[in-house]
Amino acid sequence: MGAGHAHKLYRHGHSPVHGLPPHTKLAATFAFVVVVVSTPREAMWAFGLYAVLLAGVAYLARVPAGFLLKRLLIEVPFVAFAVLMPFVAEGERVEVLGMSLSVSGLWGAWNVLAKGTLGVAASVLLASTTELRELLLGLQRLNLPPLLVQIASFMIRYGDVITDEMRRMRIARESRGFEARGVRHWGVLAKSAGALFIRSYERGERVHLAMVSRGYAGSMPVIDEVTASRAQWTYALALPLAALVVCLLGWTL
Amino acid sequence: MSHIFRGAPLGPESLRQLFPVTRSCKLFATSHYHRTVHVPDGFIDAPTSVVTGAVAAAAVAVSLRGARRELDERTAPLAGLVAAFIFAVQMLNFPVAAGTSGHLLGGALAAILVGPFTGVLCVSVVLLMQGILFADGGLTALGVNITNMAVVTTIVAYGFFRALVKLLPRTGRSVTIASFVAALVSVPAAALSFTLMYAVGGTTDVSIGKVAGAMVGVHILIGIGEAAITALTVGAVIAVRPDLVYGARDLRQRLKLRVNGALVDAPAPEGARTTPVAARASRRALWITGLVTSLVLAGFVSFYASADPDGLEKVAADNGIDKKAEEHSSADSPLADYGVKDVDDARLSGGLAGVIGVGVTVVAGSTVFWAVRRRRTADDVSPVSTSV
Repeated sequence: MGAGHAHKLYRHGHSPVHGLPPHTKLAATFAFVVVVVSTPREAMWAFGLYAVLLAGVAYLARVPAGFLLKRLLIEVPFVAFAVLMPFVAEGERVEVLGMSLSVSGLWGAWNVLAKGTLGVAASVLLASTTELRELLLGLQRLNLPPLLVQIASFMIRYGDVITDEMRRMRIARESRGFEARGVRHWGVLAKSAGALFIRSYERGERVHLAMVSRGYAGSMPVIDEVTASRAQWTYALALPLAALVVCLLGWTL
Repeated sequence: MSHIFRGAPLGPESLRQLFPVTRSCKLFATSHYHRTVHVPDGFIDAPTSVVTGAVAAAAVAVSLRGARRELDERTAPLAGLVAAFIFAVQMLNFPVAAGTSGHLLGGALAAILVGPFTGVLCVSVVLLMQGILFADGGLTALGVNITNMAVVTTIVAYGFFRALVKLLPRTGRSVTIASFVAALVSVPAAALSFTLMYAVGGTTDVSIGKVAGAMVGVHILIGIGEAAITALTVGAVIAVRPDLVYGARDLRQRLKLRVNGALVDAPAPEGARTTPVAARASRRALWITGLVTSLVLAGFVSFYASADPDGLEKVAADNGIDKKAEEHSSADSPLADYGVKDVDDARLSGGLAGVIGVGVTVVAGSTVFWAVRRRRTADDVSPVSTSV
């Protein structure tokens, strides 16, 4: 996980958002999404304001709009689902362009689309301004169980290794003339998956022995403790606080 | 590995045909994250998300404790590597036909290979990282996603797997069958539990029958693929390293020695406890009888019984009491009035609901039974294991 092993969503930069301690960013993102989800769906303008807030963060973080929009594509399967909603939902119906649509279904589709998109955008901003290692440190700082953080860090550390191993297996298969074309070839692929599991598990055992021989006794030493000043917390929490104001307005208006 | 090379030897020309350089380079560059569909933000309302979050947190806490008990300080590296394996194997494409392809979800596979505790941990960590790193699945829906895909899938798969391994004869083939059924059931079970959450906290009033029908229908299809891949993969692991398959630990063959040309049992290691064969057989008979009886009762008898009102209901109807009776608060649940909604035939519906109910009860009951028995055997064994 050293240099050059940043994940694909990360965008290197030195903006004020990049510089914030990771746990403040995690807390802010999570709080923001919770506020967005608990906003009433009838307050359409509120979601516009949320989008403006996120656009402001993206501007501060110097994340280009194209990059952000491309990452939003991960939502597409659920957009398809949302489009179906007005057709299958119950309740009174309205005529739109000759189609009979359910009112509550339309509201439901809007609800999922707006909240889902804002949630994905917030996560993408978090991931594109925070390095992997920092994210794990942040999770640890937010009192996620240390064992869980360790498991996550091993997964991240060896994810690429295992994926590479799988890729080498595929190349080995292909260079021997094998090409999976249908259900009949599942046996071969499943054997590869089985072999991959055995290799992963045995690698885990070797990693454990190597760690034990370096003095590991069940917990990782904390080398770089991340801390956040009051100013940094204020700065990070400005986003969810602004969102909270919008949300409260949405409930009262 | 000579069997791989059977057939005509490959000349340089045919090699180039099989493995064109330009294509391989492109493939390297595009070996990227293959996404699965997770529940996004805003799909389930905030209170339900909080409750499912609490359920998920509790399940992860229990699994952390269980995994640590089994693996000690090996937990982090082993569970981490298995999580990486699950993450990678979700990207392995299994072509179906005409350009479509499926891939593993991995919950059942994890449960069978590394056990329910470590399995829950691995899948949860994969979901957590997918949520934070790839924005796949909403952050507020993490509880929903972990409860469905990590907890329900794993527990259901492991419950079915263990029950079947106990019921079927002790052969390698029955492990394959057990993993097939376990994976097959686990996927619609997760869909059903999602439907339940949707019934409680869905943000759109699509009728629950429709949601359940669509979700379970689609997921039975997905489940068949999942089942085939899981069974094949478990079979492949068992063929090479049977000791690594957590769910089939007790199926290991006794060590045999060849003495003067005849096979004899190796002397059992000191401290090993083996259940007498007779006791094991009788327990298996008890399991089979119980399961079959309850399935027959639930499915077959209620097929005939449920079309008539229940005794008390009939009395109430006769006396006009039920006009005042309020609908039960869970009247909208998919199993309300012991009938599956949107299944028109009252008898078929009642029978189906009965079978589902018995399935859920059997799983819950055997989980409790298994947990209690495990604790007892652990207490029994502990003095022995200290002496070894």
